Amino acid sequence: MSAFIRIRDAVKTFSTRGRGGALGLDTVLALDGVTLDVERGEVVLIIGPSGSGKSTLLRSVNRLESLDSGEIWIGDDSVTARRADLRRIREDAGMVFQSFNLFAHMTILDNVSLAPRLVRKVPAAQAREAAVAILERVGLLDKLDRYPRQLSGGQQQRAAIARALAMNPKALLFDEPTSALDPEMIKEVLDVMTGLAEDGMTMMVVSHEMGFARAAADRVVFMDRGRIVEQGKPEELFSDPKEERTRDFIRHIL
Amino acid sequence: MKDKRVAAAISGVPWWLVLIVGLGVIALATALADESYRVIFGAVARGFGVTMTVAVVSYAASLVLGLGLGLARSSGFRPLREVSTFYIELVRGLPMLVILYYIAFVGAPALAGILNGLLAPLISAGVFKAFSSRSFDFATRAVLALTLGYGAFIAEIFRAGIESVDRGQVEAAYALGLSHSQTMVRVVLPQAIRNVLPALANEFVAIIKDSALVSVLGVQDITQIGKVYAASTFKFFETYNVVAFFYLCLTISLSMLVRALERRLKRESSQ
Ligand SMILES: Nc1ncnc2c1ncn2[C@@H]1O[C@H](COP(=O)(O)OP(=O)(O)O)[C@@H](O)[C@H]1O
Ligand SMILES: [Mg+2]
Repeated sequence: MSAFIRIRDAVKTFSTRGRGGALGLDTVLALDGVTLDVERGEVVLIIGPSGSGKSTLLRSVNRLESLDSGEIWIGDDSVTARRADLRRIREDAGMVFQSFNLFAHMTILDNVSLAPRLVRKVPAAQAREAAVAILERVGLLDKLDRYPRQLSGGQQQRAAIARALAMNPKALLFDEPTSALDPEMIKEVLDVMTGLAEDGMTMMVVSHEMGFARAAADRVVFMDRGRIVEQGKPEELFSDPKEERTRDFIRHIL
Repeated sequence: MKDKRVAAAISGVPWWLVLIVGLGVIALATALADESYRVIFGAVARGFGVTMTVAVVSYAASLVLGLGLGLARSSGFRPLREVSTFYIELVRGLPMLVILYYIAFVGAPALAGILNGLLAPLISAGVFKAFSSRSFDFATRAVLALTLGYGAFIAEIFRAGIESVDRGQVEAAYALGLSHSQTMVRVVLPQAIRNVLPALANEFVAIIKDSALVSVLGVQDITQIGKVYAASTFKFFETYNVVAFFYLCLTISLSMLVRALERRLKRESSQ
């Protein structure tokens, strides 16, 4: 059986207004031929220096970015086909952002029940009930009627995870979920993520949290300059990296 | 210690408002005591309904037009963006008075011609009478002109509101599978409108003042009635006092409401 998420030769360039080029355009090669498989239930941790293409890779999987070339599949659904079913793809793969991005004008409960109602046409009462159950699971039962700004960063990120879970995704994409958090709040978010990993959720996680890597990651992928430099089991990659660049980077974050 | 508190209390008083309210009370008292003021009040008050109708109808219509143009202006579809920008820049570059003359004397005949063309079969079948520019009275033309002008201003306010919403909100909505229009309606617009509510309310104050321009078309609003009354009685001073009194009652009370709204929004978003 083939892998659940399959990324083949993904290439993505961005144009930015800069000094270079005839039209004043600079191009950045964000993904330079990335090939990666993620098995069902696997937790893949992606590490690498800033600007190495980690976010772009994740955002290509749910097609917040469109590749220049290459292919991505989630199960039987093509992400990169020109007429890909975006709704289907985004139901398959939920996303959690560094800056939470909870809907600021809605209560936590509405944040979590909105997409099931609008996208999956779940009746309001049923969506509400499901949302309450999910919020209980992430420990926010007492915050249902609060607005995002009334919550701590850690609580907001847990609510954002609940919002993604409410769509019953088959995979979750985390882009630096704890980078915007105060140190004392990191653990509560990582605990929720570890719980999901134990329950068999397929996850791609961009993070440099070593604790999470050791506790939950099945594999660590090191990216640099738009390419995968090296990958392996966490203990192997962290203690015995093969490549010079990986070694430098790991010395940096440990 | 106590002196300081008194000083703080005194400096906290909005003296401009005290002065205006004081003058208003004096004006009202004089008016009630003075026979000729009473008459002027009665006369000018007949224009109040027209002024309010012109302002409210034009405002409501320009909110709709402005929202449409504002959405088009921030749309991802280039032709829509170009056309709406073209319109907005054109209209914003013209004095309101010129727009008014244009619509009244160029727009109305043109509109009649267009309608006659579109409805030609119905007209020849006798369902409608043919349109002429006289089919649109001057009040209608005035409302149309104010709407087209203010639609452009309000479009820019909506656009600023849409741009003020964090990009992350849109991405989160897309990542959850919401369509472009669901994202706009359920996520972006509610936040955008809330952010620009005071600016939108200020446009209502502005449109009340600009509604006085319709007097150049002879529409019987407060200004026009005052102008005619003053010219026939030579009581310029008294008449324009009354006219100013009416406008100030409206605009100052509304401006204060807008400020209260602003404070409330600020308080809400900081708790
Ligand atoms: N929307 C964008 N426009 C222009 N350049 C971008 C955009 N997004 C990412 N990039 C560039 O692509 C490269 C990879 O970015 P990213 O995927 O965000 O890296 P990482 O998440 O590993 O820090 C960087 O050089 C970045 O500046
Ligand atoms: Mg990133």
